Amino acid sequence: MKTEESLMYMRNWILFLTIALTTCVDGADTPELGQPASEADIEQVFWSVFPDGENLPAGSGLAVDGKALFNIYCIACHGIEGAGLTAVALVGGQGSLATDTPLKTIGSYRPYAPTIFKYIRRSMPYIAPMSLSNDDYYAVTAYLLELNGILEPGSVVNAETLPKVRMPNRDGFVNAYPKVPRKYDY
Amino acid sequence: MMTKQDQLDDLPPVAANGLLDRRLFMKSLALGGVGTLAAPVLANPVGEGQLPWLLAPGQGAQSYGSPSNYEQLARRIDPPGLWPEGNTIAGSSSAYTPHQGLTGTYTPSGLHFEINHHGIPDIDPDRHTLVIHGMVDRPLKFTTETLDFYPTVTRSHFMECSGNSWLLWEDEPGDLLLDESHGLLSGSEWSGVSLAALLDEAGVQAEGKWIIAEGADSGTLSRSIPMEKAMDDSFIALYQNGERLRPGQGYPMRLYNPGFEGNTSVKWLRSLRVTDRPAMTKFETANYTDLMPDGKALQFSLKLEVKSVITRPSNATVLPKKNAVYEVTGLAWSGSGRIRKVEVSADGGATWAEAELQGPVLPIMLTRFRLPWRWDGSPAILQSRATDETGRVQPTRTQLLDARGKHGHYHYHAIHSWGVDANGGIAHVYA
Ligand code: HEC
Repeated sequence: MKTEESLMYMRNWILFLTIALTTCVDGADTPELGQPASEADIEQVFWSVFPDGENLPAGSGLAVDGKALFNIYCIACHGIEGAGLTAVALVGGQGSLATDTPLKTIGSYRPYAPTIFKYIRRSMPYIAPMSLSNDDYYAVTAYLLELNGILEPGSVVNAETLPKVRMPNRDGFVNAYPKVPRKYDY
Repeated sequence: MMTKQDQLDDLPPVAANGLLDRRLFMKSLALGGVGTLAAPVLANPVGEGQLPWLLAPGQGAQSYGSPSNYEQLARRIDPPGLWPEGNTIAGSSSAYTPHQGLTGTYTPSGLHFEINHHGIPDIDPDRHTLVIHGMVDRPLKFTTETLDFYPTVTRSHFMECSGNSWLLWEDEPGDLLLDESHGLLSGSEWSGVSLAALLDEAGVQAEGKWIIAEGADSGTLSRSIPMEKAMDDSFIALYQNGERLRPGQGYPMRLYNPGFEGNTSVKWLRSLRVTDRPAMTKFETANYTDLMPDGKALQFSLKLEVKSVITRPSNATVLPKKNAVYEVTGLAWSGSGRIRKVEVSADGGATWAEAELQGPVLPIMLTRFRLPWRWDGSPAILQSRATDETGRVQPTRTQLLDARGKHGHYHYHAIHSWGVDANGGIAHVYA
């Protein structure tokens, strides 16, 4: 072995040892009692939907049906046409974010449509989450997006179309991890 | 009318030397006269005039202790409609730690703050599992019971909601007790299992850069956590202050991200999805983002800043005497590590003196400071200013507002001011 090679070899060994040692210190010495999780186990607990539409369910809906559903299941808390009542307003506020009276709603503030759908599907109606069908949840989402002027009337909302919806505040967020940008620091 | 002594004399003996009928207590109970018999009623008792609790044994031990009957300290619960979001729904609620009545650095578990966006689920631990999946070599599930066999991680940490002190963004300081102004902050000893150990067991793949944590509440509160943090010091908390987590703290298990805003420490944790990107959930877009004056919003402003507040004296009391020496004490904390120094000012920030820190000063934990203060009876403005081990200094209110405007809602951490008037009355002021 040439000197250079053996040096390299040694360096790799040291690296390996360091990694092995730190892993041990980090707590790899556990009984390792995790049981294999099946697809069904995962499906049971994993509800998050991503901006690109990953994990959106099958189904689809139209605002006309969504309006009827909203007036039965949502209006009591979110008010007529989502204007807000005992719970947050779901409509309005576009153009208000930089003013002295900002109104943050799904229409004015939230950057991605699929994650709005996810929250409604998993968490609403507040007192009975997951009580409607996937089609119903797509339909109320369609209705709310139309109320906010984000979708054309009659738009079909489903796993295909939802990720393509351009939300008005899509570019409104600035990443602050791990550091708050200088501009907003003191 | 019969005196107590007459009543005693009348009682029929059942044997010699004063033994009385065993049914006597039942009878007396009906007459409400047990006390008469149990307490000495003989002439000239030496205990006459003594406090009542000296004259009879107190109650027996309780299986789970509770505060004195004379203590009313309790968490403040938001009245409906207070939230800026305008929600008045029962489940969506907050409870605030009453720092005006507490001392020390560990918050009693029952007084630890809580925010429950979708109520507190009543979880049967035998039917709860934690699943780790996504970009891992081996998707795994863990029961609550199995996690108890893992080596214990125990750490003392503060937890703070990034919405703590949100009312101080308002133009007027308001008449708030410390619970309302600083009560979304508490300190505890948390125990559980290293998250890195569980992730290693599942085998995180190279592309895995984020973890989406989901809770088992009715709203599945979800947050995206940077992998770097998860592998560094995050853990699954199972115990708080030595006992199992309480339901309002995530029973049977919660994620714990030291120094990050409280909402990321997802309660009732049941799913950890390893991904290459964040999920942009409701609670990292609609909430827990800081709206800046230019209309942009800070997202993933996860780390809690350096902050402090004087907890005594506070507006819960009036200073009873002029020309007297008082202890100024309070709490300081930082999401970045240890508190290095706390300075106190009695003249609204014109001059400062370094306070004594109560040891041990632990990283990412509440640190108590103290300084004696002679109040001469004239109006004063008391402030505290913390510096952490990274050198970050708590900003003035003006500095904070200049940089972030006044609609940020979250992460208010400016120097706080108590105005003391000539009568010893105390109020929040902006100085
Ligand atoms: C019982 C009252 C109630 C009913 C009924 C209800 N909601 Fe809600 N909704 C709430 C509350 C409370 C919140 C906020 C929860 C929190 O974050 O604390 C909320 C939040 C939301 C949000 C999130 C808003 C944002 O800014 O991101 C959406 C979207 C929503 N609801 C849609 C619906 C829809 C659609 C229905 C009908 C299917 C519905 N809600 C029925 C109470 C209700």
